[in-house]
Amino acid sequence: MSISRRQFVGVAGAGIASMAAPNLVFADNSEPIRVGLLAAKTGPLASGGIDMDLALTMFLKERDNRLAGRKVELIVADTAGVPATARTKAQELVEKNNVHCIIGPLAAFEALAIADYLTEKEMPTLGVAAAEDMTQRHPSPWFVRLTSTSAQCAYPLAEYSVKELKYKKIVTIADDFAYGHEMCAGFQRVFEDNGGKIIQKIFTPLATPDYGSYVAQVKSADAIFLGTAGSNGFRFLRQFIEYGLKDKMAVIGGMTALDESVLRNMGDEALGILTTSWYSAELDNPLNKAFAPAFRKQFKYDPGYYAGSTYVSGEVLEAALKTIKGNVEDKKALMAAIRGSNADTIRGVIKFDEFGNAIGNVYIRKVTKSDGRLVNSVIQTYPDVSQFWTYDKTAFLKNPVYSRDYPPAKNLEP
Amino acid sequence: MKWIAAVLIGGSLLLPPFFAGDFYINLASQILIAAIFALSLNLLVGFGGMTSLGHASYLGVAAYISALLTSRYGFDHGAAALISILGTTAMAAFFGVIALRASGLGFLMITLALSQVLWGLAYRMSNVTNGDNGITGLTRPAPFGFSLESPVAFYWFVLIVSTIAFLMMTTFVTSAFGSSLKGVRDQPRRMAALGFNPWLIRWITFVYAGLWGAVAGLLYVYYHKYIHPSSLSTTSSAEALLGVIAGGSGTLGGPAVGAALVLLLKNYASAYIERWNMLLGLVFLFIVLVMPAGIVPGFSRLMAGLRGENR
Amino acid sequence: MQFWIIQGLNSLSLGGLLFLLSSGFSLIFGLMRLANLTHGAFFMLGTYLAATALRSFDGLNIWTTAIGAGFVVAALGGLFERLVLTRLKANPLGQVLVTLGMSFIISDACLMIWGGDSIPVPTPQNLQTPTRLFGFVFPTYRLVLVGLAVLVAVSLYFLIECTRLGAMIRAGVDDRQMARAVGIPVSRLFTIVFCLGTGIAGAAGVLGGPILSAYPGLDADMLPLALIVVILGGIGSLLGAFVGSFVIGFIYTFGTALFPELAYIILFLPMIVVIAFRPQGLFGRVGA
Repeated sequence: MSISRRQFVGVAGAGIASMAAPNLVFADNSEPIRVGLLAAKTGPLASGGIDMDLALTMFLKERDNRLAGRKVELIVADTAGVPATARTKAQELVEKNNVHCIIGPLAAFEALAIADYLTEKEMPTLGVAAAEDMTQRHPSPWFVRLTSTSAQCAYPLAEYSVKELKYKKIVTIADDFAYGHEMCAGFQRVFEDNGGKIIQKIFTPLATPDYGSYVAQVKSADAIFLGTAGSNGFRFLRQFIEYGLKDKMAVIGGMTALDESVLRNMGDEALGILTTSWYSAELDNPLNKAFAPAFRKQFKYDPGYYAGSTYVSGEVLEAALKTIKGNVEDKKALMAAIRGSNADTIRGVIKFDEFGNAIGNVYIRKVTKSDGRLVNSVIQTYPDVSQFWTYDKTAFLKNPVYSRDYPPAKNLEP
Repeated sequence: MKWIAAVLIGGSLLLPPFFAGDFYINLASQILIAAIFALSLNLLVGFGGMTSLGHASYLGVAAYISALLTSRYGFDHGAAALISILGTTAMAAFFGVIALRASGLGFLMITLALSQVLWGLAYRMSNVTNGDNGITGLTRPAPFGFSLESPVAFYWFVLIVSTIAFLMMTTFVTSAFGSSLKGVRDQPRRMAALGFNPWLIRWITFVYAGLWGAVAGLLYVYYHKYIHPSSLSTTSSAEALLGVIAGGSGTLGGPAVGAALVLLLKNYASAYIERWNMLLGLVFLFIVLVMPAGIVPGFSRLMAGLRGENR
Repeated sequence: MQFWIIQGLNSLSLGGLLFLLSSGFSLIFGLMRLANLTHGAFFMLGTYLAATALRSFDGLNIWTTAIGAGFVVAALGGLFERLVLTRLKANPLGQVLVTLGMSFIISDACLMIWGGDSIPVPTPQNLQTPTRLFGFVFPTYRLVLVGLAVLVAVSLYFLIECTRLGAMIRAGVDDRQMARAVGIPVSRLFTIVFCLGTGIAGAAGVLGGPILSAYPGLDADMLPLALIVVILGGIGSLLGAFVGSFVIGFIYTFGTALFPELAYIILFLPMIVVIAFRPQGLFGRVGA
C-alpha cells in the first residue's frame, strides 16, 4: 500500500491546525489553490474514477501545477461509488482540506447526495454526473456540469438514425437506473418525433450475472440502442454477438456504451458500431491533438469519457481563474467566471446555459481501426447542442423529468 | 482500571465539540450512529447467537419511511419518527417469523435474502422511492425548537440518543431476559427442557434488535439528509457485521469499537491509503489471528496479563 | 415456441454455470461446516487469470488454463486454510470475519493488478460458431458448459462415492469425532477438501469467463448465487447443489423474461419459500 505523497504533505500540515480552528481563510497569493476531486477509485465504478484522477493529474503536471500564476494542490478523495461515502468525502474536502473548488463526482447518486451540502457551503463544483434534474428542475447556483445530461448526446443520434441511417424500428436496452431511463427516454422522444418507433425498451437489473435471457428477449428491429455504462453494456454486447444477433440488427449506442475504456478490451466485433458523445480521442482540434497522444503515451490507452471530463474541467477552471486573476477566495467571482466562460477545450468550445449545463459539440462516432487499435472516429458533428435540444425550454421543464415511464412509449410491440 | 476506561471514553465523547473542527465532529457523529447500529446487531449475533447479514433492512426501511413521510406527505418529524420505528419494528416481527424457521447458514441466508428483496424494491419502485436517485432535500428534526443543522448541535443530539440506546440495550442484555437469551444461545435444548420457549426468546430479541436498528436508521437519515437504496445493500449489512465481530461480539462495548474501526478505515484512512480495502482485510485477518474473540476481549486480556492476573 | 426453447437452453447453461460455481462451496461447507465467503473472490481470481493468460499467450486453450488456474487458486486456498482457518475451528464468527477479510484482500489486489476495466475472456476458437438448431442460433460454448457441469458432477460423485478419499470425506461429514477416532486424519482431509473446493472455484472462474468477463465486483455478484444454490439444494448434498443450480437457472431465466418487474426478487424468492417450508433445503438432512 502506498501513501500518496500529496495527501500526506497537505493533510499533515493542515490537520492539526484545522482541528483547533477550522476556518481561517487568507486571501493570499502565496497560498495554493486547493482543488478537490471526488472520484470512485474503488468499487464497480473504479475504471472511470481512476481515469478521472489520471487525466486531472496530467493536466496539472503539464502546467507545472500552476494555474493563473498560482500554485495548485490537488486532493483526491475516493468515494467508492457509495453515496454516504461521497458525502463524507465531500465534507472532508470542504472542512478538512479547505478546498476552493470541487471537480466531480461521477455518479448521479453521488452528486445528488452532496448537492444540498455543496450549495449550503457555497462550494464551486464542476460536476461530471449526468443526472438531468441537477441542471433542470433543481439547479444550484454553485454547480455546473461540463459533460452532458443523460439524454443530451442521445438526441443528435436519434435524429441521425432517422434521417441518415433510415432506421424505422429500434429496441433500446439500458441498465435499470435513472441514467439508463433518462438516456433511453431522450432517445425515444427525438426518434419518435422524427417518425421512428421504439418497439421495445429493456432495462436490465444492476446485478445481472448473465445477459443470455435478455438477449433472447430482443425483438427484431432495424437496430438496438445501448444506453448502458461501464462493463454491463460490453458484456451484453458480447452475448448479443454470440447469439448471432449482430448479423440481423445494427448496434448504436449512447455516450458511455462504447467508450474508449470499453473499446480497448474489445476485438473486431465492435467495428462499425455508431455511438454518440461529447468527446472522442480522435477529435481533430489542436488541443486534443496534443492531449490524446500524450495521454496514450503515458498510460498506454486512449482517453475516453472519464479522462476527458476532468481534463475539460481543468481547462474550464483555468480559463475562469485567468479571468479573475487567480483570486479563488472570491467564490462568487469564481462561479460567475466559470459560468460565463467560453473556454476552448479538447472537446471544442463550450459555454454554460443559465442552469449550469454545458452547451457544446456532440459527435457521432464510428468504431474503426487505426494503427492496429480500435478508435471512435468522428463522422458527424452537431454544434451547440443544449440539454433541451430543439424543444422550448419552458415547456420542457413543465414536463416531469425523464424516467422509466416518461415519455410514455406508445409504440411498444407486445 | 474501569475508572480509567470510563474517563477515557467519557472524555473522548464529550470533548470533540469543544476542540475539534467540523469535519471531526461530523465523523464522531457518524461513528456513534454506526456504533448504535452495530450494538443492535450484536443483540442478535453476540448475545442471541444468530448471525444476520440483513440488518441493514431496518436501518434502510426506517430511513425511507421517515424520508417519505416528511418530504412527500408533510408529516412533522415527531410523528414520522414514531411511525418509522413502529413500522420497521412490525416488519422485523414479520421477518423474524420467516427467518427463525432456519438457523446457522440458513438463517444468515434468509436475512440476506430479505434485505436484498427490500434493496431490489427500493430500486424498482422508483415512483415511491425515487429509485437510484434517492430522496434528497431532507431536513433534520428540531426537538423542542433546537435546530440540529450545525454539526455540534447534531452531535449532542446523537450523543444523547446513543447513550439512551446503549443503556437500554445493556439493560436488556443484563436482565433476566438477557440471561435466558444467552442460555438459549448456548444450550437451547436444555433451556427448552427447563420450560423456556427458545423460539419466543429469539423472536423477541430479533424484534428488539430491529427496533434499535430502526433508531440507527433515523439518526442516519437525519445526518445525511439523503437516502439511497445502497443503504439497504448487503455491503451495508456486512460492514456492520464485520464491525461487531472484529470488536468482540460477546461484549457490550466491542461492537462500538469495531464499528468505529471500520468507519475510520473506510472514511478516514482512505484519504491516505489508496489500497484501504486491502488494509481493511488485513486488519481483520490480524484481529482474528491475534485476538480471536475480538478487539475488546483481546485488549482486556492483554491488560489483565500485564497486571499479572492470568496465572 | 422459439422463445421457450431458447430460454430453456439459457436456463440450462445458467444452471451449469451455477453448479460449477457452487460445487466447490458445497463441498467445503458440507465437510468443514465452513461458509467460505471468499468463494466469490477465488472464482473471480480464476477469471482474471484466464483473461490475462488467454489474451497474452496464443497457444493456450481454455481447458488447460482452467486446470492451471485451478491449481494456482487451490494453492492459495491451501495456504489460507493452513495458516489462518485451522486456528478458527470453533470460532464461526471468526471464520466469517476472516473469509470476508480475505475476499477484500483478493478483490483489491485484482483491482490493483488489473485495473478497473472489464476484461473479456475469449471463447475457444473451435466453439465460436453458433450452433444452428431448428432455425435459430445458440452460442455453442453455453451448450458445452452444460456438458462440463455434468462432467464435474459425475467426477465429484465418483470421487465421493467410489474412492477412499471420498469415503473419508463422507465419514467426516457424517460424524467428525468418530472419523477422528477411527484414525482418519481429519485435519489433513480438511486442507485437501478446501484446496479441492477452491480449486474448482478457480477453474469455474476460467470456464465462466467467456460468458461473464472479468470485472471488479464479479466476486460480490457471484457469492450470493453460490449461497442461494447451496441453501436451496441443501447443505452437505452435492446432488442438492446440482438440482438447486438448475432450479435457480430455470426460475431466474424464465422469471426475468416473463415478469421483469420481479427481476430483483426472482433470485431470492425460491430460496425463501423453500427454507420457510423445509429449512434443511431440498436434499439436506435435518440437523446437518
